[in-house]
Amino acid sequence: MSVLIFIDQSEGRIKKTSYEALTYGAKVAEQIGTEAIGVLLGTSSDELAALGKYGVKKIHHVADANLNHLDAQAYAAVLAEIATNLGAAVIVVSNNLTGKAVAPRLSARLKAGLVSGANALPDTSNGFTVRKGVFSGKGYAHISIHTPVKIIALSPNSYETRSGEGTAEVVPATTAAVASKVKVVSTQKITGQVPLSEAERVVSGGRGLKGPENWGMIEELAGLLDAGTACSRAVADAHWRPHHEHVGQTGGSIAPNLYLAIGISGAIQHLAGVNRSKVIVVINKDPEAPFFKAADYGIVGDAFDVVPKMIAEVKKLKGI
Amino acid sequence: MKILVCISKTPDTTAKIAFTDNNTKFATEGVQWIINPYDEWYALVRAIELKEKDPSTIIHLVTVGSADAEPIIRKALALGGDEAIRINSDSSDSYTIAYQIAEIARQGAYDLIFTGKETIDYNGSSIGGMLAELLDIPFVSLATKFELNGTAATINREIEGGEETCEANLPLVVSCQKGMAEQRIPNMKGIMSARTKPLKVTEPVAVEALTSVASFELPPAKAGVKLVDAENVAELVRLLKEEAKVI
Ligand SMILES: Cc1cc2nc3c(=O)[nH]c(=O)nc-3n(C[C@H](O)[C@H](O)[C@H](O)COP(=O)(O)OP(=O)(O)OC[C@H]3O[C@@H](n4cnc5c(N)ncnc54)[C@H](O)[C@@H]3O)c2cc1C
Ligand SMILES: Nc1ncnc2c1ncn2[C@@H]1O[C@H](COP(=O)(O)O)[C@@H](O)[C@H]1O
Repeated sequence: MSVLIFIDQSEGRIKKTSYEALTYGAKVAEQIGTEAIGVLLGTSSDELAALGKYGVKKIHHVADANLNHLDAQAYAAVLAEIATNLGAAVIVVSNNLTGKAVAPRLSARLKAGLVSGANALPDTSNGFTVRKGVFSGKGYAHISIHTPVKIIALSPNSYETRSGEGTAEVVPATTAAVASKVKVVSTQKITGQVPLSEAERVVSGGRGLKGPENWGMIEELAGLLDAGTACSRAVADAHWRPHHEHVGQTGGSIAPNLYLAIGISGAIQHLAGVNRSKVIVVINKDPEAPFFKAADYGIVGDAFDVVPKMIAEVKKLKGI
Repeated sequence: MKILVCISKTPDTTAKIAFTDNNTKFATEGVQWIINPYDEWYALVRAIELKEKDPSTIIHLVTVGSADAEPIIRKALALGGDEAIRINSDSSDSYTIAYQIAEIARQGAYDLIFTGKETIDYNGSSIGGMLAELLDIPFVSLATKFELNGTAATINREIEGGEETCEANLPLVVSCQKGMAEQRIPNMKGIMSARTKPLKVTEPVAVEALTSVASFELPPAKAGVKLVDAENVAELVRLLKEEAKVI
């Protein structure tokens, strides 16, 4: 028996969300009294043994360049084989963009119940139940898994990474050749910005900013805070900002430690994408803006007055 | 070309979320139901656009749900699509739903299956991947763009920090999100013709659920906003650093 944790990489670098999955998986292993084993698909330039500090004893590495790019079908086939060979009782993946493609396939392949978007450790006191967010952040559901093998897709930024001592034994693994049926022909990365899905802090602007020409101060503040930038749907629809920045019910869904909303009214559909953020700060000139009801901190004021002051204060703090 | 579009029914985006029966059921009283926005705006509209380009394309819609899903599927038919299939099951287990759709998909031999990115109530993002696995065909998730050239598809999908362009051959399952298409409003002609389009009802095949909902819970209420004076931005920055510890 074991807990198997899928380690996700991009261009050979391990993603931050994988550290969360490893920490979480190691904790689950402790909880059910078994060992935690990581599995990495594709070649990697990172030092794998060091991942032992998150609590995994072993890492099975399938260093096959055919697996460098995501093909959910090939990934699920390889992971299923490894999970079966190792007698995995629980499989943990991050519910990031890769996890959302792979976990459901793996679930159907192994007939293993899946909880996607899990945000707490399983409750094993009576069966096996995992909490997840539902209704776009407006509720939680406790889902019972009834199958011998259980799959948990952990919501990014919902479980804190913890590291200690220890190195992992890296075990080279091979599997039957897997031909990927999805060919990646090009990649368009947004450069010079913290990707929204990985950002610990996000500075977001709404229609209150009046026009795209006023985003300079948003980007400056984001840069100072090492934050990603986001926007409301109204802003993306007006083409003031690129579509990938749109968050909410119909855009991206994020859960950073800090979400700073500037000139956004806080419509329920906007909140649906950001309400899982740990700390929400709202700057809006209308004291009646609904966003204040969902906020932890707020300033009732004009963005064009408050944001430059905030930039100055953060600079002061950083000694710039 | 035969396209199957998976349509689910979800509470309106502004619906109040509450639970009954000892927190084991979603309180549906007074709730307005809509087509899941991702299914409607992106999956269905993109399928309709493909048919507009190649009129020989056949579009079928499928929903797994009880009779009260019929107004939703009719509304979807008013936007477009040739006929609809309702599988008469109210299961909430993703695997069971995917299993039922897979059965229909096999019978219909579809070239392309579109799902939405996720349902806005269950937030599973699971049905598409499960369906593709059950059918043993490729799955491209979270697509923002989809072009077809014969049986070769070029698809943009979201990755961390950007997008990736990939190629795959039909048959395929694709989960659709923003970028795929623009929202449309059904016109009178569509609404009229939807009334006479076939809506078949089939009974579910036997399959065992892998999961079930034990209970629901509302997230803890926020303590309330701490307001800082606009003249005292330094205080906000101090609170974020020292109290909230987020900067
Ligand atoms: C089915 C559906 C799905 C939707 N999905 C999404 C979604 O995913 N994401 C999303 O964001 N929206 C979504 N919407 C739209 C949503 O309902 C709102 O219309 C939208 O979020 C409004 O954007 P906004 O807050 O930027 O603009 P507005 O509502 O126009 O608000 C602007 C705010 O800026 C404030 N303001 C103005 N000037 C200043 C100033 N100088 N300084 C400070 N504050 C100022 C105003 O007081 C106001 O509160 C959806 C709607 C529907 C029906
Ligand atoms: N009951 C259902 N009937 C038909 N399609 C569904 C159903 N539930 C979900 N889907 C499809 O699967 C997608 C993902 O749903 P989910 O995995 O529940 O987030 C949705 O956007 C729909 O396209």
